[in-house]
Amino acid sequence: MTWQRSRIRLDRDNRAFWTGGQEDKLNIMHCDDCGGFIHPPRPFCRHCQSENVAPKAVSGKGVVDTYTINHQKWAPDMDVPFVIARVKLDDAPGVYLTTNIVNCAVEDVDMDDEVQVVFEEQDGIWYPLFEKVDG
Amino acid sequence: MAQREAYITGIGMSEVGVRLTRSPLGLTMDAIKEAVADAGLTLDQIDGVSTYPGKMQIFMGFSPIGVDEVIESCGLKTRWHTGAAESTAQLGAIADAAAAVRSGLARHVICFRTVYEAAALARPEEFPPLERRKDVSGGSQWVSPFGAFSAACWTAQFAMRHMKRYGMTREQLAQVAINDHRNAALNPRAIVKEPLTMEKYMDARMITTPFCLYDCDRFTDASTVVIVSAGDALDEVTATPIRIAASAGSCERYSWDQAEWAAAYPTGRDLWKNTDYTAKDVDTIQFYDGFAFQPITWLEGLGLCEVGEGGRFIEGGTRIALDGELPMNTGGGQLGWGRLHGFGYAYESVVQLRGAGGARQIKGDPKVAVATSGGGPMAAALLLTRD
Repeated sequence: MTWQRSRIRLDRDNRAFWTGGQEDKLNIMHCDDCGGFIHPPRPFCRHCQSENVAPKAVSGKGVVDTYTINHQKWAPDMDVPFVIARVKLDDAPGVYLTTNIVNCAVEDVDMDDEVQVVFEEQDGIWYPLFEKVDG
Repeated sequence: MAQREAYITGIGMSEVGVRLTRSPLGLTMDAIKEAVADAGLTLDQIDGVSTYPGKMQIFMGFSPIGVDEVIESCGLKTRWHTGAAESTAQLGAIADAAAAVRSGLARHVICFRTVYEAAALARPEEFPPLERRKDVSGGSQWVSPFGAFSAACWTAQFAMRHMKRYGMTREQLAQVAINDHRNAALNPRAIVKEPLTMEKYMDARMITTPFCLYDCDRFTDASTVVIVSAGDALDEVTATPIRIAASAGSCERYSWDQAEWAAAYPTGRDLWKNTDYTAKDVDTIQFYDGFAFQPITWLEGLGLCEVGEGGRFIEGGTRIALDGELPMNTGGGQLGWGRLHGFGYAYESVVQLRGAGGARQIKGDPKVAVATSGGGPMAAALLLTRD
């Protein structure tokens, strides 16, 4: 896709997620007390309410939990169709990311497909997209 | 002391249309006047106001009117009010009003929902659209950057999972829209006047799989009002009162994309914990259908069928038709009546329980209705009864 993605307003909570791709890292907020992950990122652990939380780079591997093939041009510069998916991260239990599955035909995406993060940078934001592991 | 009760005692609705020129306050006042008169009340008896979500300055078409304009324009002296932006979805504004009258904070509450999305789209200089492309924050940042601007894209993913996991088909999904169009044709206030055939449904352009054009509601301009009254104030009312026997609004993850299930599931389950009625008692269902898949989540969540069976439950459409065993969205739902955004389901429940549906009135002597609203992480359900 070449269209202009929504520009994020960076803040203390979300900066590590949206800029981690600069170092090729998918950062998910993690609790150093209970080991749980917190997404969307907030300065409290949603599992144990600890404030001992920090972004942690995860593997970027996951599976397609579910998806939709979007045909509607919600903005004039969108190229359609494209796949919107909900990816379940392998090593961040309970965390799902809404994303796009890229670098394959839209009809080649299915639930439970193994995917790997790829970053697309636009104007200082590194958007985590995913592609199929087996190509 | 006997438990205090809450009743819907009046209903009103403005003209329902697309790109109306009447102002949103004008539509709201039209609906309020109709509802207050329907209850047999006058404005000086109103002492509460509740709305969902309250005026949204950044998204005026979605909610152009706030509590302030209603109090001022109606000359009300209120004892309680709320604009329930973070309440349990649209019908939460009615559940909140019921709680207020049960606790004695008010006697007669105007509950309203005004939508102006079609007119706003046509007049963007007057009603600026929601900014989705820059300076995005909050929940929107997790979906908008990936082109998932619309709740259609978010809800479609739950629907796709139902197809893959449980075998739901597009033909089953189509029954929601076909039923809505059939019922809307009998409702003089509905925006849809034409029936929908399976062939036409299957030929429609795809929005986001599995949703085609007919699976998505369309922007509408309208105001819907219900009056909620305290049980000990019924002697002031002339219309047949409909009791708000129970409500629920449960949430497990307050996020569109982190929730394993739509909130319809825990909310449906919890509704029955708040009442002695059971799913078997229900005579008609008025289920939120901004997208055709949502009634399936409510059928399953409320235990009217097993989880995963919602598609097969409505297969062929006879069960949910006006003369079926469980008539659904008898006024046309949002796919047929228009995107009234939640309040239409409470309105239509009252119409049916009063026996006032005219050409669309269901048979027998319906006494129990369930009205629901919401999708994704927010949900509200009302159990409405004629005692």
